[in-house]
Amino acid sequence: MNKKDIILAGVGGQGILSIAATIGYAAVQSGLYLKQAEVHGMSQRGGDVQSHLRISEKEIASDLIPEGKADMIISVEPMESLRYLPFLNPEGWLITNSKPFINIPNYPEEESVVQEIKKISNHVILDAETIAKDLGSAKVANMVILGAAIPFLGLDFGKFEDAIKFIFGKKGEDLVNININALKAGWKITNDKIKSRG
Amino acid sequence: MQKQLLLGDEAIAQGGIDAGMSGIYAYPGTPSTEITEYVKASKEAKEKGISANWAANEKTAAEASLGMSYAGKRTMVCMKHVGLNVAADPFINSAITGANGGMIYVVADDPSMHSSQNEQDSRFFGKFAMVPVLEPSNQQEAYDMVHYGFELSEKFEIPVMMRLTTRLAHSRAGVERKKPVNQNEYKIPKNLKQFILLPAIARQRYKKLLEAQNAFSDESQNSSYNSYTDGKDKSLGIIACGLAYNYLYENYPDRNIPYPVVKIGQYPLPYKFIDKIYEECDEILVLEDGYPIVEEMLKGFLDKGKKIHGRLDGYIPRDGELNPNIVGEALGFKKTRGNEIPSIVAKRPPSLCKGCPHIDSFLGLNEALEPYGKGRVFSDIGCYTLGALPPYDAINTCVDMGASVTMAKGAADAGMHPSIAVIGDSTFTHSGITGLLDAVNDKSNVTVVILDNYTTGMTGGQPSSAFERIENICKGVGVEEEHIRVLKPLKKHHEENTAAFKEELAYKGVSVIIAKRECIQTLNKRMRQKFKDKKK
Repeated sequence: MNKKDIILAGVGGQGILSIAATIGYAAVQSGLYLKQAEVHGMSQRGGDVQSHLRISEKEIASDLIPEGKADMIISVEPMESLRYLPFLNPEGWLITNSKPFINIPNYPEEESVVQEIKKISNHVILDAETIAKDLGSAKVANMVILGAAIPFLGLDFGKFEDAIKFIFGKKGEDLVNININALKAGWKITNDKIKSRG
Repeated sequence: MQKQLLLGDEAIAQGGIDAGMSGIYAYPGTPSTEITEYVKASKEAKEKGISANWAANEKTAAEASLGMSYAGKRTMVCMKHVGLNVAADPFINSAITGANGGMIYVVADDPSMHSSQNEQDSRFFGKFAMVPVLEPSNQQEAYDMVHYGFELSEKFEIPVMMRLTTRLAHSRAGVERKKPVNQNEYKIPKNLKQFILLPAIARQRYKKLLEAQNAFSDESQNSSYNSYTDGKDKSLGIIACGLAYNYLYENYPDRNIPYPVVKIGQYPLPYKFIDKIYEECDEILVLEDGYPIVEEMLKGFLDKGKKIHGRLDGYIPRDGELNPNIVGEALGFKKTRGNEIPSIVAKRPPSLCKGCPHIDSFLGLNEALEPYGKGRVFSDIGCYTLGALPPYDAINTCVDMGASVTMAKGAADAGMHPSIAVIGDSTFTHSGITGLLDAVNDKSNVTVVILDNYTTGMTGGQPSSAFERIENICKGVGVEEEHIRVLKPLKKHHEENTAAFKEELAYKGVSVIIAKRECIQTLNKRMRQKFKDKKK
């Protein structure tokens, strides 16, 4: 891998920074440079939030990803994944949760959101909540989504397992395992999709 | 030593811990909050006995920091840009007293107003006070500059400003640490009159500050944070300040810029570099995140020299933060924007949390106000400012910390009744108490609603400085006891709370309603911690 520029998207309080921390740890352990711009303050109160995460073999200049240069958008909310399309490069991937987070009165028709996502030729849309619940905890939905993004990140799957062990290790083996299973479940969905496209 | 991943704010905090800082003072404010939070949470800081303090406001913080400097110790005071307005008095005057122990004012500006009422540029304040200003371009520089800043401050016996913007404050990157420096010994100033700004002494001190300006310029010229990089193409020369330097480089993936570039990380401007780039290049482009201060200085009033491009001639938008695309377009590169945002994507503004006590307070107040009509609620800075948005539409002003109380008083003096102030507990202790005293002294017809959620909510739940003392403060200021009402804002109390609002709105005189219930965020955090502790 040369560089990966990633937009993480969601709603304040959904915990996109846990995805960022996991990728960040995996990247730094792989000897890569990293810059990660976060949103703090007012927007964290249920507003739209995003994080620009950049990893690279070479030193990184800007904390912000230029428009049209992101290699992927990873979103924990479907409408939010669309808000950052101006950043996505034409070959980039959009990986998003399908479960909407509705805290505004004028949220669009869910079906129309899905249609817009499907217009992006490189997309993975998955119901991370349901998958996470089947694994035993709705809380690991974010890790299902991260798992679905791993095939595009250019880092070994093992690096992410190490990251999970480092971040959740203190909280017990059960939590580590369920997070790793969540990563695997997401990873499989993307791999199946790639295979089916040939 | 392995690099540590740190936010710009955290890099400054770690810089302080490693550079022999003895105390840090601040009032929380986005994007500066994480500096002091980091020091407060740091084990190392605790072991070193570093005093980490949340102050009642930025002015008290700055003055305490100046006191620590007086006693010979290295110290830092941190605030957001509008916090410097509050601390402007000590800031400007401390440039005249000078420092004893190294003192840094860290000020985090918020261009694009991500979490602020304006996007004022603190470099103007630095120039106004005539102190050296440091502006890091990345996290490593933010760390290193704290060491240098303390040395600079002690060398010239002058407080130093370090200015950063939101993007650096809240962006993470690897930082390499330096060998830790010991703290200073306690040592009062050699000249015991140095800090007495009586006119006769102040005049001497001010002359000294003026005389030092050339030395500050020379220091800047020789600083490693300012540089001149030559380029073959002299049709354009670029001056890039702070973070703008990164956006410039982002546009040249091979890192070869054809034009001469002056990188600015320290002010006053390095005069030799500015002179050289102006002499050698046909035109100049100024890149700066914030107001066009450097651009204006170079242009002057008459603007009769070479063409200077930037925010003033539309090469770069006049407002808002910079980004790599804005800089790219100013350099003539094509737009790289991807697909447009589909029209179905709705705005998602921030909102009060589910279960937030402010919701119940606003619903009660709104109902009590129905007979009087809208347009009489003066509010303030905090989570409750979100009461301006639907479905509440509950407030009519938000100007500066504490302004709710005093504006309600002014409107009441103009004949408005009822005239209501809505202010949080932390904002009340920051700057609301003096306004309440004014209202009491003048017997103004105001109702002050203090939304007491026991914390400074918007910035992440720092302690409220007068926890459990708000009622007594109001009594002490002179509000009549029968017109200090304490409510618990809960749905089940809606009717009795609304009745209390109605009674106090009808009262002619000063009344205070304290709506007391813990912030739902800090409550949840506390409960999670309790659960964890039980498990152990």
